[in-house]
Amino acid sequence: MSVRVGKTAAAPSFPVAAKAALKNSQLRHNVHHATDVIRDKRALRVEEMPDWQALRGAAAAIKAHTLRHLDRYLVEFERNCTRAGGQVHWARDADEANAIAIRLIRGYSGEGPAEVIKVKTMTSDEVQMNAALEAAGITPYETDLADMIVQMGDDEPSHIVVPALHKNRREVRDLFREKMGRPELSDNPEDLTHAARTYLRDRFLNVRIGIGGANFAVAETGAVCVVESEGNGRMCVTLPEVLITLVGIEKVVPRFADLEVFLQLLPRSATGERMNPYNSLWTGVQAGDGPRIFHVILLDNGRTKMMADAMERETLQCIRCGACLNACPVYRETGGHAYGSIYSGPIGAILSPQLQGLEHSRSLPYASTLCGACYEVCPVKINIPEILIHLRGREVREDQRSLRALTSENLAMQAAALAFTSQRRYEAAQRLARMGQRLFQRGDELVKLPGMAGGWTKYRDLRAIPAQSFRDWWKQRGATPPTTTTTTTNTTGSEDA
Amino acid sequence: MPRRYCICRPTACRPTIKRSPALRIALFVACYNDTLFPATGIAVTRVLERLGHRVDFPLQQTCCGQMHYNTGYHREAVPLVRRFVEQFAEAEAVCVPSASCVAMMREHYAMIAEAEQDAALAAQVHALLPRVFEFSELLANRLGVEDCGAAFAHSVTYHPSCHSLRMLHVGEAPVKLLRAVRGLTLLELPEKEQCCGFGGTFAVKNADVSAAMLEAKDTCVLRTGAEVVTALDNSCLMQIYGGLHRAGSAIRTMHLAEILACAAAPAEALR
Repeated sequence: MSVRVGKTAAAPSFPVAAKAALKNSQLRHNVHHATDVIRDKRALRVEEMPDWQALRGAAAAIKAHTLRHLDRYLVEFERNCTRAGGQVHWARDADEANAIAIRLIRGYSGEGPAEVIKVKTMTSDEVQMNAALEAAGITPYETDLADMIVQMGDDEPSHIVVPALHKNRREVRDLFREKMGRPELSDNPEDLTHAARTYLRDRFLNVRIGIGGANFAVAETGAVCVVESEGNGRMCVTLPEVLITLVGIEKVVPRFADLEVFLQLLPRSATGERMNPYNSLWTGVQAGDGPRIFHVILLDNGRTKMMADAMERETLQCIRCGACLNACPVYRETGGHAYGSIYSGPIGAILSPQLQGLEHSRSLPYASTLCGACYEVCPVKINIPEILIHLRGREVREDQRSLRALTSENLAMQAAALAFTSQRRYEAAQRLARMGQRLFQRGDELVKLPGMAGGWTKYRDLRAIPAQSFRDWWKQRGATPPTTTTTTTNTTGSEDA
Repeated sequence: MPRRYCICRPTACRPTIKRSPALRIALFVACYNDTLFPATGIAVTRVLERLGHRVDFPLQQTCCGQMHYNTGYHREAVPLVRRFVEQFAEAEAVCVPSASCVAMMREHYAMIAEAEQDAALAAQVHALLPRVFEFSELLANRLGVEDCGAAFAHSVTYHPSCHSLRMLHVGEAPVKLLRAVRGLTLLELPEKEQCCGFGGTFAVKNADVSAAMLEAKDTCVLRTGAEVVTALDNSCLMQIYGGLHRAGSAIRTMHLAEILACAAAPAEALR
């Protein structure tokens, strides 16, 4: 089994990719603007909910319970979906999921060129399904407006909910002008939407196979749920004759009534809406209504492995609302591409390294100041900072068993650990630092520090270490505290004062 | 119900200094304050003594383990947890002028003890933590102080550091303390809840992103027109100062304790 998450394996490390992103002022402007708008809308829609914290608690509890009993609920979902006329397939990894999809499509389209329409599904980006379909001679058309923009521009999604968030409307206009052959288009949102509609309507009416994702899969009924804003998803799950839905195994919820909780949390967290404009729910197939044939592919791709550890398991509670991205001050500066994975921002920083093991995404757990803004907004209460620290711990332990134990960072940390475990060594280290800093001191400031510390002085000044530490002051002051300030104002009668 | 004592002075503003019974307060100053920001520890000592309490400083103390733990060096943090817990086990109250160190203790000490499968350590942590306070928490929650009798005739903006805001939930306590300072003009910091970009080793591992975040923060600081930026963490202030000073700004950074320790003539009369 080989777990892949997007194109992460080939991605540069976060600091390297982020540095490039920081130079793109248009991208940063777009990301600032978009995240600020969504963040403020979300805050407005959350504030009006008196039971928001209770809802968060309920959602976290439902998800945690489901994940602990996932074996049972997945089988229950399969049974009920099958009973309603759906067909359920199990995919261990990306390659299996793509092979199943291709086999199904070929079964209906025969050999030769084939086409499918797709509605926004992060999971299909995770398994890089479009590339696999194209390699098999099948043309996928993304129909979610933002996904379409990403596909047309041969781009990568930069946000979980708003994949083309890094593009502004002028950039979209230029793309449409070129790819749709419409040089007259303005950057008026209505014109752009109309152009997209004309382009997509033709696909909706003529392509016979649809591929989509799911926000939730209900074990109790076998129903699948997709929420969206455009209605293109509704088209995709109703118009084609064949519908193939790709679902991560963590998307299952036990009961239909559980949607009551999640359908309140998700739209408010994701787009700052009270309710999504389109909430599509379907159970198997119905004669004369919607697709005649319905397949569900349940995808593992590293998820089962994450179940083993209680803290890592919490990551799978994610409902992909993207609130953590909009709240994250790091994401705000870099945008999503710097994370080298289709899962970006704080959730990406914990999800990508866990899905595929740390090797391809070692820098991601460090792409955070641990400011906690992500945890504060998470509708399912994933303690992202805690999981980041947990993953850092795993990484350090792995490093210390390899040649990476010789890095200057590890050596410095060992030296610091040694200093901190003895008063004598600690005070000696303080004296040593004061002496050593003279090499880099200019007046009261330290400049051009060596090694990792150079990252500090590259952008910021640093006051030199003062001649007297606090403990020196304390020792000099002597054991007797100044009693003058306390005796006259001591109204407590305590002899201690 | 702890007894509180008020000493009202016949001045125009009639400030009051509320008093809780005198405590022996053990100061855990934090390693970086000890080394880089001794003025903060001195200020904490002065404020607490002015309020009638006795301050102890156990010299064996070093570091709470946050740097190691948050960077992933979990094994290395364990002896530091033990060290802290042992040295402060008997303290009546522990004052820590660093919100992120207190967050480290509250969020992770119990978890570390559990991971070590050390029930004795877990019990020690459990017994000690309710007596550990961040500086403004100690004043507001433990000592019931809103007015320290300080005077500081400057304009100040307050940066609510992430750990004080989202982990300790100190809320309005520091702002109330600042409002009670005579002569002080408190200016609201725009986008105040945005992280300054410090993040411990993040500042050097992701120096470019950290600097971009800092630029956003310092832009907001400059917009206030304040003479002084204050916070409960000198780590954030070190970052904010670093950017401001590099840009040629003369805005000063001061830990909250350093402002509260400033006493002009009327407060001196208390002595």
